[in-house]
Amino acid sequence: MDRRESFKAIVLGAVSSAILLESCGTKTEENVAEVIETPAGEPGRMPEEVAHQEAVSSKTFFAEHEMATITLLANIIIPADEKSGNAEEAGVPEFIEFIVKDKPEFQTPMRSGLKWLDIECLNRFEKAFKDCDEKQQMQVVDAIAYPQKAAPEMKKGVAFFSLMRNLTATGFFTSEMGVKDLGYEGNRPNLWKGVPDEVLKEYNLAYTEKELRECVRYDDLA
Amino acid sequence: MKDFQVKKEAKKYDAVIVGSGAGGGMAAYVLAKAGLKVCMLEAGAMYDPATDSAQLKNPWESPRRGASTKFRPFGDFDGCYWGWEIDGEPYTKAEGTEWDWWRARMLGGRTNHWGRISLRFGPKDFKHKSIDGLGEDWPIGYEDVKPYYDRVDRLIGVFGTNEGLEDEPDGVFLPPPLPRLHELMIKKAATGIGIPVIPSRLSVLTKKINDERGQCFYCAQCGRSCKAYADFSSSSCLVKPAVETGNLDVIPHAMAREVITNSEGLATGVSYVDTLDMQDYQVDGRVVILAASACESARLLLNSVSRRHPNGLANSSDVVGKYLHDSTGAAMGGVLPHLMGRKRYNEDGVGGMHVYTPWWLDNKKLDFPRGYHIEYWGGMQQPAYGFGWGIENLNGKMQVHGKTKEAGGYGKSLKDDYRFMYGAGVGMAGRGEAIAFEHNYCEIDPNVVDKYGIPVLRFNVKHSDYEINQAKHMNETFKEIMHEMGAVITWGGDNGPHNKWGLENPGKIIHEAGTVRMGNDPKRSALNKWSQAHDCKNLFCVDGGQFVSQADKNITWTIMALSMRASEYIVDQMKKQNL
Repeated sequence: MDRRESFKAIVLGAVSSAILLESCGTKTEENVAEVIETPAGEPGRMPEEVAHQEAVSSKTFFAEHEMATITLLANIIIPADEKSGNAEEAGVPEFIEFIVKDKPEFQTPMRSGLKWLDIECLNRFEKAFKDCDEKQQMQVVDAIAYPQKAAPEMKKGVAFFSLMRNLTATGFFTSEMGVKDLGYEGNRPNLWKGVPDEVLKEYNLAYTEKELRECVRYDDLA
Repeated sequence: MKDFQVKKEAKKYDAVIVGSGAGGGMAAYVLAKAGLKVCMLEAGAMYDPATDSAQLKNPWESPRRGASTKFRPFGDFDGCYWGWEIDGEPYTKAEGTEWDWWRARMLGGRTNHWGRISLRFGPKDFKHKSIDGLGEDWPIGYEDVKPYYDRVDRLIGVFGTNEGLEDEPDGVFLPPPLPRLHELMIKKAATGIGIPVIPSRLSVLTKKINDERGQCFYCAQCGRSCKAYADFSSSSCLVKPAVETGNLDVIPHAMAREVITNSEGLATGVSYVDTLDMQDYQVDGRVVILAASACESARLLLNSVSRRHPNGLANSSDVVGKYLHDSTGAAMGGVLPHLMGRKRYNEDGVGGMHVYTPWWLDNKKLDFPRGYHIEYWGGMQQPAYGFGWGIENLNGKMQVHGKTKEAGGYGKSLKDDYRFMYGAGVGMAGRGEAIAFEHNYCEIDPNVVDKYGIPVLRFNVKHSDYEINQAKHMNETFKEIMHEMGAVITWGGDNGPHNKWGLENPGKIIHEAGTVRMGNDPKRSALNKWSQAHDCKNLFCVDGGQFVSQADKNITWTIMALSMRASEYIVDQMKKQNL
């Protein structure tokens, strides 16, 4: 993520919270611009964290060729369907680039895994993965996507694909598109009034009289 | 909160408090409200949840999607600065021993992110040696602390229910939230096999209690600290109002070096390093109150060596640093197949469980002497880093829309698996009492100093069979509850003797206690029953250090009750001119 972009996102987040909570006063467009220009004043962040963030963001880990391969794989793992877009549209490749710099323990498994994939494709088709046609790509993916039935000599590829799957899923379902896709409805001020009646019925459960008597209900509020 | 600087010739305070967490915050609150002039030293930065919390941020607003860093081991949005390691502030461990030490460096300390589980100790918890012969009895009993628990309940606010249980005393409770769906399932399963499940007791305001603090708006993010002050953090609920009296000065970035004593052996103040300019300063007070955390307070005492106190301050008994113990912890997680494909609705609730299990058995019939309580989690939580991780170990075992698939995979089918399984997770963790042994201790490492030149702690702690047997029992209980619920265990199920039944390293549960314990015998304790040093009457310790034992309860509520009690004693003794 672009550094300027990321600060903008953080500031906008703060503004929307202020509106929701009515506790921070009203912020104007000028305030927002000011905060973006002076990122050192980012509230609630230690200087050490800000420095770490800058250091991580200023580096590039994956080469262009590697990023192209990651993007292809991410879109194979999470493609677009009738409900939401694909991993690329959700910013998954950028997330993977960031997280391997933030968590360096992923660097060797990812880089060596990408290399394994290319060598496998070279051996099979005399081309790197990204230059293979779709049928060829899927042939290799099918050989490493199913840990239980994969051939023993595919072990390294299976481990890499599982890591790629995990990073892609985490990146996708923590993106705005992915959270919406999942249907997570929280992270907003509300009043908890218990499990909806129709859900209780579905699972054949009910609150006890004691619970209904003792717990907070907010029935007086709309 | 105002900024200011103290130079060496600073004004003389009535009290100097080291630390701003639950113990220090309460002491500052009581003393400042009583009109005393108070100075608080905090090693970290100023912090106000209203402006500094990451509450209501979405996962994509963190480039690491909420993943942990060394700055935030509980995740990028967590409300605590630092944790298991701090740059330039090492600690060491004796060979073959384990201790993980969490340190916060911020106003309010760990209370900005803690679990808000606010349990009173019961009558037995203060007198456990009389029951099983292990450890030591406290010099005080439940009846001594009860009035302070009641007042802490009213001042801070805690929800719960009066259940009339002997060792889970009733309190002054706000109404608890109704259980979530998975919590109803846990309750049904556990109570069916004789394990009680009752409303949890969390310091979260389900109703407004005053004009300074808001009511909970159910975002489940207490761990980030609350912008509306609707849960308890020392920063927002104690230090802030104390500063507003005009009687409390807070000095941030002040790392205490030692307690200064005079020729009579009395405390005169505290010397500290300003962590920004690396210069040394001193602030004087009529009394010195340590609340730097159990281990930091012990470290400060052991580093305060003088002619009158050659073994460290308040340590003629040689107990300072000893009897260090933490809550035990073991956990298990799984999925509830019947919750897969569930209807979506907002079930965030408060930041933590709505129900829990207090200790329910008789240890006389068991092979471990002390109990544990069980904490629960699950449901449709905000997606964060780690979401979907390891699905290749799960989706081959589950029926997805009635069909069993090959494990792993990719594509539209896989994408649907994540949706289908979302919100079906469930987990539980035991938090138990460990025995406070003399041979579990921290001491000054003679060879290592931190970046301020202050000698650091070396830990020497090992679990005993009591803790390991307790963890085994936790695992058996968890498995029974999981089985009753029809859950598929996905982790923790293979715990066994090879990994001490998943028992976490001591320190890991972040309930350190026992290092400056109280007692009636000055030869066997550092403090008297008023949290006052036997060897130095104007020195107090009001954090977890003073604990004789820590019960199967989280210790924060008792820290606050004891700190309130000690602080009122200080006010009283000053009025009587005994201090």
